[in-house]
Amino acid sequence: MKPATLHRIAIWSVLLLFAAFFLVPLYVMVATSLKDMAQVRGGSLLDLPNGLDFSAWRKAWSEACTGTDCGGLKPFFFNSILMVVPAVLISTALGAVNGYVFAKWRFKGSELMFGLMLFGAFMPLQVVLLPMSQVLGWFNLADSIWGLVIVHVLVGLATTTLFFRNYYVALPDELIRAAMLDGAGFWRIFWRIVLPLSTPILVVTLIWQFTAIWNDFLFGVVFSAGDAKPVTVGLNNMANTSSSVKEYNVDMAAAMIAALPTLAIYVLAGKYFVRGLTAGAVKG
Amino acid sequence: MSPGFASRLSRWMPKLAVAPGFALSFAFIYGLIAWNGVLSFSASRLLPNYEWVGLAQYVSLFESERWHVALVNLGIFSALFIGVGLALGLFLAILLDQKIRAEGVLRTVYLYPMALSFIVTGTAWKWILNPGLGLEHLVRGWGFESFTFDWLVNPDMAIYTIVIAGVWQSAGFVMALFLAGLRGIDDSILKAAQIDGATLPRIYWRIVIPSLRPVFFSTLLVLAHISIKSFDLVMALTAGGPGFATDMPATFMYAMSFSRGQIGLGAASATIMLCTVAAIVVPYLYSELRGARR
Repeated sequence: MKPATLHRIAIWSVLLLFAAFFLVPLYVMVATSLKDMAQVRGGSLLDLPNGLDFSAWRKAWSEACTGTDCGGLKPFFFNSILMVVPAVLISTALGAVNGYVFAKWRFKGSELMFGLMLFGAFMPLQVVLLPMSQVLGWFNLADSIWGLVIVHVLVGLATTTLFFRNYYVALPDELIRAAMLDGAGFWRIFWRIVLPLSTPILVVTLIWQFTAIWNDFLFGVVFSAGDAKPVTVGLNNMANTSSSVKEYNVDMAAAMIAALPTLAIYVLAGKYFVRGLTAGAVKG
Repeated sequence: MSPGFASRLSRWMPKLAVAPGFALSFAFIYGLIAWNGVLSFSASRLLPNYEWVGLAQYVSLFESERWHVALVNLGIFSALFIGVGLALGLFLAILLDQKIRAEGVLRTVYLYPMALSFIVTGTAWKWILNPGLGLEHLVRGWGFESFTFDWLVNPDMAIYTIVIAGVWQSAGFVMALFLAGLRGIDDSILKAAQIDGATLPRIYWRIVIPSLRPVFFSTLLVLAHISIKSFDLVMALTAGGPGFATDMPATFMYAMSFSRGQIGLGAASATIMLCTVAAIVVPYLYSELRGARR
């Protein structure tokens, strides 16, 4: 065999080995969720399930107990949807306008404002937890889905502003100037010229915000109680209940249910997801 | 409407448009940071009160054994999470850069954990690392009867299980960043080096990796940032246990503030976290914004 071929085989084996490392936990989750508890206890981690038994999924969805109530993950899942839709739309819309101003309508002090806002994307959120829970209490929004929506909008604003600003900086200024000569004003330029050119960054921002807010646990666990908890909190409570009989198949089905929306987006629009990741990491 | 008013309004429009968002963020970020700061100098326990106690909360914070455990854990976790994550991500990116067929599929596989919540991956790894039925059971089933892997419940080792899950989650992300960096390198430099007879490993070591310095820098920043804030993964995998063996600053802050009625202490620990992140991020933001203006 030629050394070049040998070289290729070596690279391929290493890459496939790592692919296995990344895929095995997903396989284990799916396989375990399709087993019954007898097989979970009797068999081993990597065994294929005996058949396609979806009863653990049904139980995780609508029957399993989290703490004292036993309605499964369903109510939490819908809470997450009710939370994520307005939070994503509002933070994206505000971010688009902010980004438009910071990129194309700079005024004295706007760079400083942008910098001050940007810090919000980096600060450890622990620092706002205590005061924020008091503020939400005052407005009677503690333990409600709207409270979570507001917090997610406030936190997301820095990121969405950054995304849009960096995208709009690259739009040619001549476009804006020509429209101004034609008599178009601030909003008209935004609606007629800037927004129609924004599809790529809109998709990136929507996906990024959806993933971040759906996957959030910290705010969910601190700012919600009773029937306003998001799905991540429901999952954690289910998997960490110290009941005598641990049903790992139900836990894994629940984990899959909580993961499916973001996983689906990743599979369907991975390109935009990755663009968001890199935009979030390589700022400026 | 008089034309004078309309034109004045249009001149103010950009500022008006950005004002509500900025006012809200400013109040949210800096107002609440200041408020948290005030709480950290107060005697607050179960409920906030504003009796000034100076640095007392910080003194008891640094006298607390649990906080020391949290800091040591943060050190161990950060060093390994960042070190292994960077090395593995760079390694995978370099291999994928060798014009591999099906690169797209492999990239998708390496990166998907990043789309999942830490709570989901923590739950999954908790099951895999479960000493009774998980990995240990599997390897024993292969005939290695004495194989033991009980890190999850071993106070000295549990922190390393968090590293395993954390690296699993984010190595693909590091790979994506480095791959983007590698694709940005000018091919002609590499060709010239090859013509001069340099071997591939040598080219990478001497030319490619040094030119990735900016990518290293921002990846380091993001990973450091993730590790200082890490909360979800710990909660899902070990909930800080056994005992408080896997506590980190973020879980310490949560426990003190929301379950142990030590609000002042929790606020003080949050302030320390803020200072740590600010020390890393502020110089970075400053240089980025200055660079952007040029």
